[in-house]
Amino acid sequence: MSTLTIPHATQTHRYRGWVVPIVAVAIWWLASSQGWSSSGLLVSPQKVAVTAWEQVTSAQFWRAISASLARDLSGFFIGTTLGLVLGCLLGFSRLFERLVGPSFNTFKQISLFAWIPLISVWFGLGDVAKVVFLSLAALVPVVVNTCDGLRSVSPALLEVAKVYGFTRWQTIIGVMLPAALPSIFTGIYLALVYSWLATIGAEYLLVSGSGIGNTLIDGSEHFMMDLVLFGMIVIGLVGWGLNVLARLLERRLQRLYGIAPR
Amino acid sequence: MARATAEALDRQHLPAKNLAPVKRLPNAPTRPARRVAVPKSTKAWQTRAANIALAWLLPVALLGLWYIGTERGWLSEQVLPPPAFVYQTLGDLVSSGDLWLNASASLQRVVVGFLIGSALGVALGLAMGLSKTVEDYLLPTFNALVQIPVLGWMPFALLLFGIGEPLKYVLIAHAALVPVTLCTLQAFHEVPKRLLEVGRAYGFSQRQIVTDIVLPSAVAPIFTGLRLGFTKAWLSLVVVELLASSEGLGYLIAYSRQLFQLDLVMAAVVVVGTIGLLIDRGFEFIERRLNRGRPVKTGRLA
Repeated sequence: MSTLTIPHATQTHRYRGWVVPIVAVAIWWLASSQGWSSSGLLVSPQKVAVTAWEQVTSAQFWRAISASLARDLSGFFIGTTLGLVLGCLLGFSRLFERLVGPSFNTFKQISLFAWIPLISVWFGLGDVAKVVFLSLAALVPVVVNTCDGLRSVSPALLEVAKVYGFTRWQTIIGVMLPAALPSIFTGIYLALVYSWLATIGAEYLLVSGSGIGNTLIDGSEHFMMDLVLFGMIVIGLVGWGLNVLARLLERRLQRLYGIAPR
Repeated sequence: MARATAEALDRQHLPAKNLAPVKRLPNAPTRPARRVAVPKSTKAWQTRAANIALAWLLPVALLGLWYIGTERGWLSEQVLPPPAFVYQTLGDLVSSGDLWLNASASLQRVVVGFLIGSALGVALGLAMGLSKTVEDYLLPTFNALVQIPVLGWMPFALLLFGIGEPLKYVLIAHAALVPVTLCTLQAFHEVPKRLLEVGRAYGFSQRQIVTDIVLPSAVAPIFTGLRLGFTKAWLSLVVVELLASSEGLGYLIAYSRQLFQLDLVMAAVVVVGTIGLLIDRGFEFIERRLNRGRPVKTGRLA
């Protein structure tokens, strides 16, 4: 799994990156202040800012976002743990792979969100159903990457282990796991991304309780474009924050294991 | 210290041993070929049969459990319809033509959305890959917008486009656009250095480098992006149809869920999974052909 590493702009032309957003906001502001469109959907940037301020200072917003994050993280942890176990089993045991691998590969093809109606029948609309769904979302990339990583440990390393007379256990702990670590991280990182996406989806589709997804849907239903835009920005920011956190953690752990960062 | 001793050794005049020049090496003692106990070769078809049997073990066991569970009434039929019932529903779906109606609606959406999205994505990726200036201007904004997942755009798009077809096309196109753009751009960043050096050594012009080296080497990675884009498009199609639609496979799922017809839900889920699997396999096949002769990158983007 080669991750899509998002390339960064070069340092020299930093200012160029700001041109497009600033021009876009300026046009937006002009359009709304000059009244180019009579549609109520064209809200002014100021209005979005005011709504954002209102939301940020309200307790309800913080409750929603903490509910979303709590769900996201609990689903992520459950899914990742199960995924690591399953991925290790698939990676270490040929028999287990032959037994479960094909079923898993078929299972992961089913579009994730198609499970929601079934989950809603089996687990209701509450937090349990959402966490189950999130775990499912986090599980798949972790399993795939863990298994891939363990399978693609270089044979040269394994031969060295054999020459040194490592036991199977020593080989696993000392050679295979560290070699597979970058791939495992990729899986966990993807799981974090997916589970955030799934959190939003779960809140749209399993409508109950509070969450940032519900805030967005409310805004959409009441034709409050300012609220919708604010919700989108929040979702983007939280996703970005989770990304940054995962990257930091990854680098820490890699240094701990003495692996050069990719 | 070590060097000193080495030099000292060099200076020592050792009396050369007088050795007779070797005419030919003595014959190696002939040894009878060692008999290696060759394990009785299991025939290829046997291992393959064993693999297939093992692979089917789990699904069959689950199916058996499901069957027994419904037979014994562990769970009510409403919550878990018996497998035979689901199979029958699937048959009805096929014979009544409902399946084709919904599947064709879904496929049409996904194809149109994917074509728009991937065309834009390749164009955007090409523009950013070929020109550093364009990349500097656009990439930061693109990166920022990518942070908002497709689902985040959904309420916004709902307000803007209503719940008609354009909404679906836009969201599916957006879902496909992101991976296609990123993969295209990455393909340009990862052109093998050796090839570029060869091109330069032969005095290629900038244009020749682009058309003869960069583009051909970018084809396979771009295709990977297209495959990924299609997977994402299929995923978001289901969501969009679950949320806002009046036909299509996602709608079928949502609708039968509302009527509490779980057999229909399951049948539709099976269809969604099968179509996704078939399309993915098709893309994988083409991808393998394109990648022939390249170092294999293990792993795939799930």
